[in-house]
Amino acid sequence: MRLYFKYLSILFRSQMQYRASFWLLTCGQFFSPFVMFAGVYFMFERFGQLRGWSFYEVALCFAVIQMAFSLSECFARGFDAFSGLVAGGDFDRLLVRPRSTALQVLGSKFEFTRFGRLLQSIIVLVWALTNLPVAWNAAKAVTLVMMVASGVLIFTGIYMLAATLCFWTIQGLEVANIFTDGGREMAQYPLNIYQKWVTVFFTFIIPFGCANYLPLLYILDKADGHEVMYMLAPFAGALFLLPCLLVWQIGVRHYRSTGS
Amino acid sequence: MKAYMSVCKLRFINGLQYRSAALAGMATQLFFGFVFIMIFVAFYSRSTVPAPMPLPSLVAYVWLQQAFLSFIMLWFRDNEIFQLITGGNIAYELCRPCGIYQFWFAKLLAQRLSSAVLRCLPILLVAFLLPEPYKMGLPPSPAALALFAITLLLGLLVIVAISMLIYISVFWTMSPAGSMLMFSVIGEFFAGMVIPVPLMPGWLQNVAYALPFRWTADFPFRVYSGQIPQAEALWGILVQLLWLAALIGVGRWSLHKALRHVVIQGG
Repeated sequence: MRLYFKYLSILFRSQMQYRASFWLLTCGQFFSPFVMFAGVYFMFERFGQLRGWSFYEVALCFAVIQMAFSLSECFARGFDAFSGLVAGGDFDRLLVRPRSTALQVLGSKFEFTRFGRLLQSIIVLVWALTNLPVAWNAAKAVTLVMMVASGVLIFTGIYMLAATLCFWTIQGLEVANIFTDGGREMAQYPLNIYQKWVTVFFTFIIPFGCANYLPLLYILDKADGHEVMYMLAPFAGALFLLPCLLVWQIGVRHYRSTGS
Repeated sequence: MKAYMSVCKLRFINGLQYRSAALAGMATQLFFGFVFIMIFVAFYSRSTVPAPMPLPSLVAYVWLQQAFLSFIMLWFRDNEIFQLITGGNIAYELCRPCGIYQFWFAKLLAQRLSSAVLRCLPILLVAFLLPEPYKMGLPPSPAALALFAITLLLGLLVIVAISMLIYISVFWTMSPAGSMLMFSVIGEFFAGMVIPVPLMPGWLQNVAYALPFRWTADFPFRVYSGQIPQAEALWGILVQLLWLAALIGVGRWSLHKALRHVVIQGG
């Protein structure tokens, strides 16, 4: 863990060398979910409600997933840029070091500019929370934190899976974007507005539903019975990372250097 | 003119080579199309207020957006040109016996065209075959279809002219990423990519109508579904031409200015 923070501080200092570009990118990162959110806002302004969900409830949903996405992009960007490591043969260097490969890839890249995106989602979150009539207690607060954490782990898991595929394909695969960008896009609305198959897929296969929709029902007191189940859903989402790590290990064992 | 045509043709053929990338892009765009339509259907399903745009035209709007994404996206960029400017190789470009503006214009045009040609047909085919409410409808009349084709092509020219301005701005900023991102986020919003322009509140629609971005995407897509009647579409074509002339004029003028002060970045 100490090693990871060491990586972070080195990368942070290197990125701060280009100050103007850094701030512009951070601003841009702030704006891109901002217009998305503006879209949600205008849709609600016109239609009033969405299958019984109010604007602030959806805003909470939006904030949680955006926050998870930006954090995971911050921390797990290394996996996203992984195809470059494999294609260039630089992965060999990681293998000979006496530390876990997952940790080293994780530390190989870190996008501090994503704080712009994070800031935007925090603002939305606070706005939604102050406007929602929710009776807060400790359990609900913990659930909210767990939702974000679980979302981060799910996104990280997807990045890892996509990176693992690079062991076989050498190139990066854009299809993974369906699950990262696409998953983010759809999970910003409550999952039950979609068709049944979509809901099932994104609850049981790629558990975005566990990260925001199910626990959200608990927080908003919409769950009927089994409250504990809804509360614990984020943990189920976090479990998604385990098979991903396993696949990663298998991938590393299959690795053949391109040698270039 | 012949030189630019052949640049265009070469780039076009070059662009057609990236077929597996196109396949991945298609899958992504189909998925996004689905998600957007589901969201809109959910909004429409219990709405008590009359919607400004009937659902079938909205569905066609979304599918056209996805199929012709490379005609709309502002961040569809050519890193080669950025590197030319920041790396100093612009010197070679200046030695060529042809105008840089036309040369780059042809290049960018061909890239977008080839990317769209690869992707649009399969996406549209799938969209036509889907069950209701995801099925994409046909345009109301052959005339609407013809007008759609004309406006779409003019829109393509407009967007290339806009993106030329972004490239030219790199002569001053030297760092494309930040300004590019801001520019494209705002531009795509006003082109109706986040929510269609007719669904925006009135004051925002007025802003969108005053900017060139909606003429690249929103306008042709609404002509397709007959949302914009034919007489109005003809006027729209005139506006498109005016924007095109203005944008090219500004682009050429600022490129001319930039080139007089150009600093060759050594390396």
